[in-house]
Amino acid sequence: MPRVVVDVMLKPEILDPQGSAILGALPRLGFDGVNSVRQGKHFELEVSEPVDEARLRVLADTLLANSVIEEFTLRVLP
Amino acid sequence: MIDTVERARDTPDHPQPYSELGLKSEEYHRIRDILGRRPTSSELAMYSVMWSEHCSYKSSKVHLRQFGDLPRSEVLLVGIGENAGVVDIGDGYAVTFKIESHNHPSYVEPYQGAATGVGGIVRDILTMGARPIAVMDPLRFGPADAPDTQRVLPGVVAGIGGYGNCLGLPNIGGEVVFDDSYLGNPLVNALCVGVMRHEDIRLAKASGPGNQVILFGARTGGDGIGGVSVLASETFAADGPAKRPSVQVGDPFTEKVLIECCLEIFAADLVVGIQDLGGAGLSCATTELSSAGSGGMHVVLDRVPLRDETLAPEEILMSESQERMCAVVTPSDVDRFMQICARWEVTATVIGEVNESGRLTIDWHGERIVDVPPRTVAHGGPVYERPLARPLDLDDLTAGDPGRLPRPSTSEDLQVLLLRMAASPNLCDKTWVTEQYDRYVQGNTVLAQPEDAGVLRIDEQTGLGVAVATDGNGRFTRLEPYAGAQLALAEAYRNVATTGARPLAVTNCLNFGSPEDPAVMWQFAEAVRGLADGCRVLGLPVTGGNVSFYNQTGDTAINPTPIIGVLGVMTDVARRTPMAFGTAPDEVLLVLGETRDEFGGSEWAWSEHHHLGGRPPAVDLGRERALAEILVTAAEQGLLSAAHDLSDGGLAQALVECCLRGDVGAEVRLTGDPFVNLFSESAGRVLVALPAQRRARFTELCEAHAVPVAELGTVRPEHATLTVAGQFGVPLGELRAAFTGTLPALFGSPGR
Repeated sequence: MPRVVVDVMLKPEILDPQGSAILGALPRLGFDGVNSVRQGKHFELEVSEPVDEARLRVLADTLLANSVIEEFTLRVLP
Repeated sequence: MIDTVERARDTPDHPQPYSELGLKSEEYHRIRDILGRRPTSSELAMYSVMWSEHCSYKSSKVHLRQFGDLPRSEVLLVGIGENAGVVDIGDGYAVTFKIESHNHPSYVEPYQGAATGVGGIVRDILTMGARPIAVMDPLRFGPADAPDTQRVLPGVVAGIGGYGNCLGLPNIGGEVVFDDSYLGNPLVNALCVGVMRHEDIRLAKASGPGNQVILFGARTGGDGIGGVSVLASETFAADGPAKRPSVQVGDPFTEKVLIECCLEIFAADLVVGIQDLGGAGLSCATTELSSAGSGGMHVVLDRVPLRDETLAPEEILMSESQERMCAVVTPSDVDRFMQICARWEVTATVIGEVNESGRLTIDWHGERIVDVPPRTVAHGGPVYERPLARPLDLDDLTAGDPGRLPRPSTSEDLQVLLLRMAASPNLCDKTWVTEQYDRYVQGNTVLAQPEDAGVLRIDEQTGLGVAVATDGNGRFTRLEPYAGAQLALAEAYRNVATTGARPLAVTNCLNFGSPEDPAVMWQFAEAVRGLADGCRVLGLPVTGGNVSFYNQTGDTAINPTPIIGVLGVMTDVARRTPMAFGTAPDEVLLVLGETRDEFGGSEWAWSEHHHLGGRPPAVDLGRERALAEILVTAAEQGLLSAAHDLSDGGLAQALVECCLRGDVGAEVRLTGDPFVNLFSESAGRVLVALPAQRRARFTELCEAHAVPVAELGTVRPEHATLTVAGQFGVPLGELRAAFTGTLPALFGSPGR
């Protein structure tokens, strides 16, 4: 069964409070040298054949990502 | 290539996209006249955003002057024009409160739009030197069962709760109203209250040449660029938000740290002037600070800490990144200021210096990109006397008297109507919304929703406290804007007095359609005139406010919705009057004021018949004043065990709410038409409960103030039934099921 991977990230111009919190925590834990952290969401969907990628994009845009503040990438794995 | 002042001089004919930035041709030419050359792109960005409707009040200014012309109030310590007005509540305490709108951002992205609305108003209050102590949110949505309301409402409520709860601020009231006119343009207004000692008041001005300008808080990113002009001053096309502008994401934890950091800086007396960065960001802060102070400022824009290094100078000037403040500090205090910021892990950077040049100059990479007289940007915007025209459909609307609508004729009909009204979206229990807000955090909340007003304790020793209520009725205002604004004022005023607090001051958030539509502008002018006249009669100052225009979808404006906030003071919160029946033995029920056959714009006409017409209830502000005097005196003398104002849904709704709140029954006897008695929305009325033995003293007090008082019935703790003698009796269980079932059925379990 094909697997579809959707990665959702906040748009680059949007503030990422969670990413900032992680960045702030790293030096406190002794991890130096990290200059920026952006975090996001990773989805794995198992779908039936045939794979309709256009339809899946609509799905991701409708439910998985909030297109006002987020963007996503979609990959179909065999 | 950087557009420098020098380049602007050399290339006078260089075409500039002023109309894309929302400027009219004559406005653009005015900027050229002021500068004696074409503006640089950075200057153009600053002027365009500061001269937008949202920032410059260019259409409303000529009308709002009436608030400034009200008689000087002794309690007003800081008036209109600062970030928020400040009121003296006695014992050396001062309170500041203000409402702002975040309507369009909340439609585009409900959660973040509503959240950053809370964040913005909290910073306005903080800027005055006050500790924010509570928030409230008056909300308006499309029909409760509309698909878009299902999208917008849960997000807005979660956003308000998410941000306010993280800040540790109780949300003590507000309103939730559904109406077709808000579909496609919900209203999300946010109010914040703050408290300080008199000596701690801070103002937004940059005085003292040589003083340092410090930007502190979050880094500047590319969010909400042009948000002010694009989001707030342009109407959504009828086909929805096709071009979605960049919205801001807030971080309440950064804001919480910023609040504590600022309060420590204030306590150490380290700022000469301070301003928050809201709409129009640095453009607004630098021009407003310098025009209110010594008149000049020089800023090195390269020093602004950025989240995104690729930002252009125009973008940095327009960015609306949240959780930022700008302070003016004497050179000798800069080190201590920086130490406090470091302790709170707040990024702080000296970005400039105050001078007496009379110019705001900004450099970028060593080149001059801005050189303007700051007053012309902050306060020299155009002022319009927009044409006014009474809406063409108004005669038809007022002629559509609700007297012709079919009314219930039997007692069974009345009983069914009472239950259906109690379950209607506008009258039903709002716990689904308010339980997502933290109402009691910090331990000073004395009363919160669903009580008439939110009441907060200010001083633990003396019990000194404040009460705040907001109200607004778009249907009344649509039918008669002058009266509608006064009815909103009267209701908020009455709500505050009902809890036992003495009303002191007024704020407002005026939500209207496009000012370019003469009919909308007429509604606005009438509402402002009504509000100003009303405040004069009630003897209350207007401490400030906010105007939100362009609330419309296509050509259809929302019902004009002035939201009025009233703040009152209570000498001892232990003497408050709650709304629940059943807290004292042997309670009798009385109704103060007169009930007339008034159904124009009523909840009954709307929810039962989808009818909007006729005239709103008559306003008698002299009566409201007398009523408030009675309620405050009675509370101070401990005469009342409960009180609840009669408004939306009339007496029937007040009885339902008071019985359910106390979980006790009541029996009432009506004289005259039972339908009119139960559902009329005549203004100037309050339902009170008090032990029978205090009745004589209380009625004497009412007579002394010439307010009619009528016997209504008794509280019946032993009978779990609301009984209207000779008509019907409804078991409380049945009432509660109707009252509480609506929102959960529509919106499911709370959560994002």
